[in-house]
Parts: sequence; C-alpha cells; structure tokens
Amino acid sequence: MTSPAVTDTAPPQLSAGPRPAQGPAADEGLARRLRALACTAPLHDLDVRKANLAGEYTVYAMAEVALSAIDLVTLNMDFDTGADHEQIVARLLPRVAAQAPRRPAAEHERVARWVLENLINVGSVDRGFRAVYGTFAPDGTYVRRDYDFKLLEEVPGYGGGVYLRTTDEAVNVLVGALDTDVTSAQIAAEVKLEVLINRGRLADAQLAAEQARYRTVQYAETLRKALDATRRNVRAVDWLRAVPDMIAEALDHVADRYRHENAILTNIRKARDESEDPEQKRRAAELVDIVKDCIRRHTQLQSRLLEAGPLFRAEQDRQAFAAPTARAGLDLYGQLLAPLLPLPAERATRVTDAFFARGTGLRTPVSVRVGDLVDLLLTPPVEREHLGAEMPEPDLIATPDDSRFSEEQLASAMDLLDLPSDAPRRLSGLLAEARLHDPELPYLVALLAVHAASPPVGTAYRQGEEKLLFAVDDGTELDDEEFGGADLIVGTALLDAAGMAADRTEAA
Amino acid sequence: MTDHPAEHAAWGEPDSTTAPAATAPVTPADAADAARLVAFGLQPKLQPARDQEYGELLRRYREDPPFARLADAVATGLGLVVLEVSPRAGMAVTAAEDSLFAVRMGDYARRAATDSTDRFLHGLAHLAVAALAFPRPEDLADDGYIGRVTVNGVDAFVRQACHRLEERAEEQGENTDPATDAPGLEAAWRIWARRSSTGATKDARRLAGSTTGIVAKAVAFLTDSGFLQRTGDDSGGTYRTTARYQLQVRDMAGSAAMAELLDLGVVPVTDGSATLLPPEDTDDLELAADAGLPFHS
Repeated sequence: MTSPAVTDTAPPQLSAGPRPAQGPAADEGLARRLRALACTAPLHDLDVRKANLAGEYTVYAMAEVALSAIDLVTLNMDFDTGADHEQIVARLLPRVAAQAPRRPAAEHERVARWVLENLINVGSVDRGFRAVYGTFAPDGTYVRRDYDFKLLEEVPGYGGGVYLRTTDEAVNVLVGALDTDVTSAQIAAEVKLEVLINRGRLADAQLAAEQARYRTVQYAETLRKALDATRRNVRAVDWLRAVPDMIAEALDHVADRYRHENAILTNIRKARDESEDPEQKRRAAELVDIVKDCIRRHTQLQSRLLEAGPLFRAEQDRQAFAAPTARAGLDLYGQLLAPLLPLPAERATRVTDAFFARGTGLRTPVSVRVGDLVDLLLTPPVEREHLGAEMPEPDLIATPDDSRFSEEQLASAMDLLDLPSDAPRRLSGLLAEARLHDPELPYLVALLAVHAASPPVGTAYRQGEEKLLFAVDDGTELDDEEFGGADLIVGTALLDAAGMAADRTEAA
Repeated sequence: MTDHPAEHAAWGEPDSTTAPAATAPVTPADAADAARLVAFGLQPKLQPARDQEYGELLRRYREDPPFARLADAVATGLGLVVLEVSPRAGMAVTAAEDSLFAVRMGDYARRAATDSTDRFLHGLAHLAVAALAFPRPEDLADDGYIGRVTVNGVDAFVRQACHRLEERAEEQGENTDPATDAPGLEAAWRIWARRSSTGATKDARRLAGSTTGIVAKAVAFLTDSGFLQRTGDDSGGTYRTTARYQLQVRDMAGSAAMAELLDLGVVPVTDGSATLLPPEDTDDLELAADAGLPFHS
C-alpha cells in the first residue's frame, strides 16, 4: 500500500522567475491550493493503482466509488458517533454493482472494501496521507514541507465500536466548499428549495435538500465539539459570552428550521400525492425522507442544547466551590503538558522521556533458569478462554466525609438568608455580613444565592411551602474581593399556600 | 515517614550506636523483617489492609525508628527510592535511576525503541494520563484526592489541546507543516494530532498504534504498577488513581519532567493556582460574571 507522495515532481512555477521570493501572501495562497490539490490525490491514485490489483478491476471507476463513499459517510455521520463501516460498504454496493453487473457479488464487496480501506489508508501507521510541497521561507530559501491529512478518520464510539467520520479536509475539498457561513448558506438553500418545489422541479429540489442536509450535519458537528470542550473543563470555555451566545443562536436556528422544514414537508407531500408521473412521485417520496431526516437531526441537536446549561451548573458547583488549596502543587497541564506541545518533537521527547522514566513505577526483573525454560517451551499452549477475562474483585474504600461546610455553617447561612418578604437585600451586603461571622461563610451564602437564581418553584408548589428564596440579576456588577459576577438581589417570596393546596386537590 | 534520600545515607552508620540505649542491637531477624517489608513494597498491587504481616511490618516501621532506618537501607541498597511508608500507600518504593527495577522504554514498547515518533507518543500518553488524573494543582497536593480517567477521555483531552494550538497557529498565519528533511523539528502537538485515534482491526482488538491504543497501553501498564485500578469498561476503560500514583507523579515524575523542561529553556509561568488553561483574556481569579446564569444576556 503506498502513501501517495504527490508533488515531488512538480516544483511550483514561481521558482522559475527571476525573483524567487514573491512575498508571503502569494506563496501562502499557493500553499493552500497545493494542499487542496493534495487532498484529491488519493482519489486519482485509486484509479492508477487498480491495475496492480490481482484480478481484472479496470472496469470499476474507483474515484467515483471513493467520492460516493465520502458522501455516504458525511451523510451518515451521527451527532454522537459516526458512520458504521458495514453500513457504508452495504450502501456502496449498488453503485459498484452497477459498474460491472456481470461480476460476482463477492467481488463487488471486495472493491467497496478496498476503496474504503484506501480512503482510510489502513497500511500507514498514522492512517492518513502525506504530500510534499514547497514554499519560500521568509528569508527567501525554498523549503519542502510535509502536509499530513486524512480523508476518512476512525473514531471510537459507544461500546468500543469504531466509526467513520469525514475530516474537514474531505468535506471542504471533496464534498464542496462548505466552510462558508453555515447559517446564511442554510437559509439560501432553504429558500431555493421552496421555490423549486413550488415550480415542481423536484430533481433540482432534491439536490438542494441534500445540500441543506450537509450543512445541518456540519452545524451539529461544530456544536458537538464545543460541548465536548465544555464538559471537560468549565473554565477553559467562555461561559460569559461565547457559549451562551452560541447556544442561543443554535436554539433559534433549530426553532426556525423546524418551522421551515415542516412547511416544506407539507408542500412536498402535496406534490407527492398530486403528481401523476411515477418518476415525480418517487423523487417527492425521497425528498420527504430527506426532510424528515433533517427534522430528526434538529431535534437531536435541540436536546443536546438543553442539556448544556444544567451540565455547566453542576460542574461549576463541583469546581468553583471546592475547598481552597492547602499547599501549592505542580500544575501538570499548565506547567508541563501545555508548554511541551508547541516544542519541536525532538526536544519535547526529552521531557516525556524524563516523565516516563520516573512515572511508570517499577518492574521486578524476571530471571530465567534453563530448567524452567525447557518446561516452558514444552508446555502445550493453553486453550483460549471463551468466557473473557476474569472480573477483578473491586477494592472498596470508605469515602471520607468531605462536606465543605458544617451543619452550623449551613444553619447560620440560612439564618442570614431568612429575609423578610418586604425587604430584599443585595448579595454584596449579605456577603459582607457573612464575612463578619466566619471567613468560610460567604462561599456558602454565594452558593445558596446562585441556586436561588433558579428557585425550585415546582417543588415548593408540590410541597406547599409558604415562602421561597429567590435571586434576581438587575445588571449591577458585584464588587467584592472574593467573588465576581452579578450583584444579585436576594429576597423571599411569599407563596399562597392555601391557594396552591386548593389547586392541587382540584388537579387531583 | 522518610522522604529525603539524604536520610538514606544514614544506613552506613551502625544502628546499634545511634539507637537509644533501650532498644536492642539489630539482629539478622530484624534484617530479614526489613527485607520482607521491602519485598512487600515491590508488589505494588498488594494492599496493606489485606495482608496482616504487611500491616504489622508497616506498624513496626512507623513505631521503631532503627527498624525504619534498616528498611530504608535495604531499599537503597537494592536501588529503590522510598516515597512514603503509610497504611494507605503501604511501603511505596520506586526504582531509582538506572536501577535493576527501572522500566526502559525499549522494553515497554518495541516500536518505541527505534521510532522516535512512537517514543514520544508513549511518553506523552503517560504525561497526559497524569495530567487528566490530577487536573488541578490542588488535586495533586491533596492526599485524599482520587482521580478518575478514561482512555477515550485522555485521547480527547490531548486532541483538544492540540486543536487549540492548531487554531492558534492558523490565526497567526503560521505554516506548521514541517520541513521534509527535518522531522525532529515538527511541533509536538502535530504528531499526536495526525495519528489516528482508533482503527478497525481484523480481530476486533484495539489498534495498538492508534492514540487510544497507546493510551490504553499506558493505563494498563500503570494498573500493573499498582498506580491505577480499573473500575469499568466505559469510554475505552475507566480507571481510578491510587495513593502510590499520586506520590510517584508528585515526588518523582513531575519534578523530573519539570527539570528537563527548564533545562530546555522553557519556563512555564503560572500563578500556581491556575488549572487547565482558561481563555487568555479573562481574569482567572474571578468567577465568571453571570456564571450561574448562562442564558442571561
């Protein structure tokens, strides 16, 4: 299996000119185009190499199969995982079979698998491709560079499965220039779709609908990456502006598209039912499926978006309100891993080697006696167990009581927050008062106040509470030495317990 | 508890003269007990709470200073460093540099001996496991902290860090493609980023050369070292840290790698409290404004 080294033979034309260094901008554009060109090389290469396969395979148009494989993977990429290997092969088969209908089905499958494996480039250790291209360095010297890229990549899914995803390179170069503004492109496509359906041009409409679906998938992909990062570390993500903005935007998008696509669906269904022409009917039916799939993807996206807020708050509680450091430790990420990654590999290896040498523990060396060795070599191999590995016995450790605050602290905080219903107070005042009692108390008060920003109204209603602590943000900044954020107004709302009880009995 | 290698120098002194008059001189039986304690320490998966003899020897180490010095001496003589002796960690010993017990990269992974790329990836996997197991400096310092890692989590975490560097390089219009004839000058993050994270194999096992394969090898090895305990199969395998791992990372590996990094002229500047990188432009010591209310404008 070869990894195509493409551009060794073709130095850029610029070098032939009298002044080689054309300025970084011109060269950068060239480099970008060379890289785009390189992404198509593996596809051409398939058609070149098919002659080397054992058997008569020239009848198959490999590049065509490859492009359709990339299309299929892009379309079947799910929000959580990716496309399934077997499913892609199965869907490729009709096209492969159509290219050589008289050949046996086993051969068709072989071809489909061969193409898929080559798109992943199974033979290379990185499972990717490398192309060499040249650029001029700022000082005018000519430098050959390696460009590493992947077309299809394999990602781990649930249950240890392996799934396929198309990479950004493949989507950009091979599926179409999709790195445009996602929203505006989507709107344009939808408008076009509607117009086409109204005019009864279903063939074009199907194309537009498929394009719209590509964009939907890409939108979901962008969001998935952002949510993943959030899950990993609250502070690494800008929850002040960027993420809330993105979520709001995405929710708007979902609501908007959902309305729009339902309208389109009604339209196409009408076209499907009224049409006389069987071809028209078939196309309309296909369109219904595509739009239904779009709607399904939107719903999936929306449920993800709604989970993001609670997830953030839970992480915030865990991370921001934990006890302060007892003593300073080494920040493995900030002081070791992060500074190491931008270093050249050669130097970074020295650091990882040092960590490895002292971070792996010890191994007791095995000493071999000739007698044992003879026994060992003559012992027949053990039958493979079909039951799998033995379950390790769990080591149970009693979890220490790691409550941050004591019962007394909670009691005094509740005392402090027991406000009269007609006199709400600012959080800043409460914090200052809490600090007089106990230096730890402000943390508990802040935590309770933040929770009161989303008061458990439903619970209070069900339990017939008479009052409820609430907090409101009126835009005032909190000026405090330990806390930042909004200077919440904290107050107590009186609830109509009797009325609620009456409501409940009525409802029951 | 003995932390300082310097104290091990004391082994040369005859214990009978330095010990208080009340204790008897060291007998061969004491030496045997001390050696047995070190032998227990060499079985890192053995829990002191599960072995009565181990527990008793540990108690003797803590209550009988001459015996403690004898055990330290045995360990030092064997080429071991005593990290901590306590009921939770047991006799936590680790291999000194060039010791008979040290783990060599070539024995660890055959490819790593010849291929510098694989060598780096295996080393980085170990560092990343530690960084994710102890994400904040407090976690590494807090004796009671138990870290949790998953194989896929470690891979995703490194990829995220690499992705951030890639984005930054793109913003600055930098061309990070390495020169063809100088592979050693390629930025470290690119090596991880371009290696595939997983791959299908014929026998449905994990692809050893993929990054999840490399991380899985690292955690399996650390589990054998008594540093991690497997708790489940989710996300490629979930693991929990042990007291020994924390000691090893804090007292040995972290500082050694740090020294090497400083030696390269890279001085990471943090305020000692920062954790995984926050966005560059926010004040790190403050809670984000509206933090509890992400949907407010």
